[in-house]
Amino acid sequence: MRTVAIANVRDECADVKSFTFSDRLCASAEPGQFVMIWIPGVDEVPMSLSRLNPAATLAAVTVKRVGEATTALHRLKVCDVIGVRGPFGRGYDISRFQKVMIVGGGTGVASLAPLVELLVKRKKEITLMLGAKSRDELLFLDRLTSLSRVKSRVVVTTEDASYGLQGLVTTQVENSLPKRKEFDMIYACGPERMMHKMFLLSKRFSVHLQVSLERFMRCAIGICGTCLIGRYRVCRDGPVFSSEQLLEVEDEFGRFRLGFDGQRLPV
Amino acid sequence: MSSRLTVDIAGLKLPNPTMLAAGILGLSPESLLEAAENGAGAVVTKSVGLKSRVGYANPAVVQVDGGLLNAIGLANPGADYFAEEIRGLKKRKLGVPLIASVFGFSTEEFAQAAEILAKAGADAVELNVSCPHVEKTGSEIGQDPVLVREVVRAVKTAVEKPVVVKLTPNVADVVEIAEAAVKAGADAVAAINTLRGMAIDVETAQPILANKIGGLSGSAVKPVAVRCVYEIYEAVKVPVIGCGGVSDWRDAVEFMLAGASAVQVGTAIASEGLGVFESITKGVDAYVRKRGLRSVRDIVGLSHRR
Repeated sequence: MRTVAIANVRDECADVKSFTFSDRLCASAEPGQFVMIWIPGVDEVPMSLSRLNPAATLAAVTVKRVGEATTALHRLKVCDVIGVRGPFGRGYDISRFQKVMIVGGGTGVASLAPLVELLVKRKKEITLMLGAKSRDELLFLDRLTSLSRVKSRVVVTTEDASYGLQGLVTTQVENSLPKRKEFDMIYACGPERMMHKMFLLSKRFSVHLQVSLERFMRCAIGICGTCLIGRYRVCRDGPVFSSEQLLEVEDEFGRFRLGFDGQRLPV
Repeated sequence: MSSRLTVDIAGLKLPNPTMLAAGILGLSPESLLEAAENGAGAVVTKSVGLKSRVGYANPAVVQVDGGLLNAIGLANPGADYFAEEIRGLKKRKLGVPLIASVFGFSTEEFAQAAEILAKAGADAVELNVSCPHVEKTGSEIGQDPVLVREVVRAVKTAVEKPVVVKLTPNVADVVEIAEAAVKAGADAVAAINTLRGMAIDVETAQPILANKIGGLSGSAVKPVAVRCVYEIYEAVKVPVIGCGGVSDWRDAVEFMLAGASAVQVGTAIASEGLGVFESITKGVDAYVRKRGLRSVRDIVGLSHRR
């Protein structure tokens, strides 16, 4: 466990804040890797790294206020101290893919943003699909649209039609995939039901997919078994999984997750 | 399967002397299968009690010099729920003995949980009288020879399968407890569970674990564990299972020379991955062959020869 002082706090959108801190290991993490963030005296929770800046040794997590731990984190200010373990797990595989689609739902965009930045740097051809319930829940809209001007296409959806196209982001993916079968890889992160829908689409249209899964976690180093999905440990074998791996855990993915007592809960 | 590697612990036939330690993965059939497929000679489940528990808040596990501190708090889905998992697992091919780790807040709870899991198909039960961070169970029982005797007797009456007793090092005399367990009918003893420990963050001046106190595991505890195995081996006639800081074949051999018939591996899975079982087995095998011995059984207790 390392303790770091918060260097910057930024309001991103409704109930979502980013916390930047200086940490060499986190700053040089792979897009898609996660950290365990300790809010002293409150809780420790897994979070995606949402910003990676190795040159400045800065990294950030982007957090929606949903429960006790995230509410406590939202109260913290610059110079307050948090604990960090990690980075852990396997990030997104970007090796040989040239034409990619990136699908983000809600705060799932947090884990995808560093990926988009890296892919832009590597001059990949990107189609970006972003969805949220409403305009004020669209995360990193400016950051990503300004980045991906070159050779990329951006589609934004909101469920209440307050911005972009009305409806679910997966509906737009479903409409565009038959016309644009040439994607080498789709990366998706968002609510599990959305990622499950992406999994079904990837099967239907025979496109490769990687998604980043979220589970309850304790150790984050592959021994406690809290985050198991099938034979996979999300903390160690994931959090990013390929469509081939998801096929192996089809009985659980999109349906169950383990609770802290080890009983299966509906997703 | 090479007969040179097989070991027999209270009638349990292990294809090699490595075991998945209790509390590591071990909550789902898939993770137990995965450990067996990766070469564990037996698998011990996470400790299961009569009722489900969510355990303690995070941080529940933290790295410290030489190992890990954990206070998961006996999180488990409850014996009835887990019995179904065991039934499901028995329908698939595990190929190695399945040992259900059991805890209880009373003698009766120990016996009932053991009975439920044994009936579901566990090949043996391991009694967790050694968890150092939950009140009214674990080491609070395992530190008292009278309570250990009561619990072991009750479980022996309730189940017909072999009973292993996992001992705590947090006692003045581990031999006294081991002898109490054996007198009450334990078919084997495992030594050791974690040592009570603590870590405090200097920036915030706060204990790191949510439970403040936890159990220390990993290479830091190995000399303590080897000493316990050595002392127990001299005092009891039943097989001793070594546990505590085993991360390679040298550690395993050291435990076996001290008197362990097999070794349990836990913390090392974090650093070495599940391949640790196979690499330990290969190394132990090479050690045995190099010395011209016929079996890994021939090195058990060798360090006691004068």
